[in-house]
Amino acid sequence: MRITDLLAELRQPDRQADRVVPPSGHTAWLTSFVAGTMAFLAVFALALSLAAGRLADRWSEALERTATIRISAPEEQMETQTRAVLAVLETTPGIGSARALTDAEQQALLAPWFGADLPLDTLPIPRLVELHEEGEGYDAEGLRQRLAAEAPGAVLDDHLRWRQPLAVAASRLRLLGGASILLILASMAAMITLAANASLAANAQVIRVLRLVGARDIYIARAFVRRFTLRALTGAGVGALAGMAAVTLLPSAEAAGGFLTGLGFQGAGWFVPLLLPPIAGTVAFFATRAAALRKLKELT
Amino acid sequence: MIAFDNVAYSYGGGELLSDVSLRLTPGSFHFLTGPSGAGKSTFLKLCYAELLPTAGRVTIFDREVRGLDRDEVARMRRRMGVVHQDCQFLDHLPIAANVTLPLAVSGRDTSAQDLADLLAWVGLGQLADALPPSLSGGERQRAAVARAIIMSPDVVLADEPTGNLDWDMSLRLLRLLVELNRMGKTILVATHDLNLIRNAKQQVAARVLRISNRRVQLAGADL
Repeated sequence: MRITDLLAELRQPDRQADRVVPPSGHTAWLTSFVAGTMAFLAVFALALSLAAGRLADRWSEALERTATIRISAPEEQMETQTRAVLAVLETTPGIGSARALTDAEQQALLAPWFGADLPLDTLPIPRLVELHEEGEGYDAEGLRQRLAAEAPGAVLDDHLRWRQPLAVAASRLRLLGGASILLILASMAAMITLAANASLAANAQVIRVLRLVGARDIYIARAFVRRFTLRALTGAGVGALAGMAAVTLLPSAEAAGGFLTGLGFQGAGWFVPLLLPPIAGTVAFFATRAAALRKLKELT
Repeated sequence: MIAFDNVAYSYGGGELLSDVSLRLTPGSFHFLTGPSGAGKSTFLKLCYAELLPTAGRVTIFDREVRGLDRDEVARMRRRMGVVHQDCQFLDHLPIAANVTLPLAVSGRDTSAQDLADLLAWVGLGQLADALPPSLSGGERQRAAVARAIIMSPDVVLADEPTGNLDWDMSLRLLRLLVELNRMGKTILVATHDLNLIRNAKQQVAARVLRISNRRVQLAGADL
C-alpha cells in the first residue's frame, strides 16, 4: 500500500469498518502514550542534530578561510622576520589580506590563561600574523617553502588540525541525532506492532464473525490500521508539542555557554518537529498493517 | 452448487464424517437431520469452507475449496447466507448494524427502508438499536436469519434455525425459506424438528439427508 492509499484511508474513513472493532481499552492508551513519548524524545534528538549542524557550520565558517603564521625569533630579528612574512604574503596569490596582531590583541588572546596583567614585553611570546584567503585560496605547501626561505622562524598554521576534529565531532553528533530518531521510530513501530497484535488477539471472535459474513482480510485489517494510525498521530502530535515547549525552556544560545546553550531550534528549524506526527502516523500505519495481515494469516 | 466427493472429516483422532458424496443442485431444498453430535454442524461448516475436508473434495460454486485463498473464500461466502446455531454477532454493535454487516463488508449500501422491512418481517422492528446481548434466544435467532438473507444469497445454510423459536415463528421462517427456494435459491437446513420437515414437505419438494454412522444418506419416506 502506498502513501496515497494511507492519505485516502485517513481522509475517507469507512465508518462502518471503524465500528466493527469494539472500542478497546489499554491498547488505545498504550499506543497514544508510546507515540507521545517517542515524539517527545525525538524532538530532543532533532534539536541535538540541528544544533550540531549549526555548530559545524559555525566552526567551518570561522576557521575555514583564515590561517595564522606564528613567528618565533630572537627579539632583535622579530621585526625583520615579521616584515619579511608580510612581504611574502603580499605577493602570494589567493591571500586577500594579512596583518600582524598588535600587542594588545595578543594580550587579549592570552588573557584567559595568564590573566590580563601579562607583561608581554618581558616574555618570549611569538608574533602572530593573521591572514584571510580570497578566491580559490593559496597553495599552503608553496607558502611554507617560501616562508622557510624568507623567514626561518615563521610557521604556517592553516587551522586544518583544529578544523578537522571539530568538523568530525560535529558531523558525528549530527549522525547520532539522526540515528537516535531512527531508533525512536523503530521502537515506536515495535511497540505499536505489539499493541496491534494484542488487539487482534483480543478480537479473534470479531474477526471470526467478519470472516463468516464474507469480509476480506484487507477490510478487517483496515479497521485496525486506521484506529492505530489515528492514535499514533494524536499521541505524537501531543508529544511533539510538549517536546517543543520543553525545548523553549532550555537556555538560549550564548557564546559563553558553548554547545549546550545552543541546543534548540532556530528560525525555520521550529517547523521540523511538526513533521514528527505525520512520520509517526506513517510508521504506525505500516507497522499495524503488517501486523494485522500477518495475524490474520495466522488466524486462518 | 455444492458438491461432496468421497469427503471425510476427522477431528481429534476420530472420524466425524466418512465417504460423503452428494450434490446440492441449484434451486434444491434439503433438510439435514441426525442425532445430536452426529456431525450436522460439521457438515454445514464444510459447506461454507470454515472447515476443510481431511479427505475427498468439496466443491462450492464450481471451485474446490482446498485451492481457494482467503479472499476467494470471503467472496464465496458473500453468495451464501449462514444462520449459525450460536448466532455469532458483534455484541458491541446494534442489531441493525449486525444484520447489515454482510452488505457493509462487501461495500454495498443499505436501504433504510429495506432494512426496516426486513427487521419488521422477522419481528425485530422495535429492536433495531438493541445490542445482541440484550435480546432473547429467539430474537437473536431471528436477527441471524435476517442477516443471512439480507444479501439475497444463492445458498442459505441454516444450523438449527428454529431451535429457539416458537412454532408460529418457525412456520414464518419456513415460509421465508420456501419463498427463497421458489426464487431459485438453494436451501440446506440442519434441524432435528421433524414437524418442521413434515410441514415443509407439504409446501416444497424438500429432500431429507440423514447423518448416521458418519455417513450422509438420503432419508426414506418414514419421517
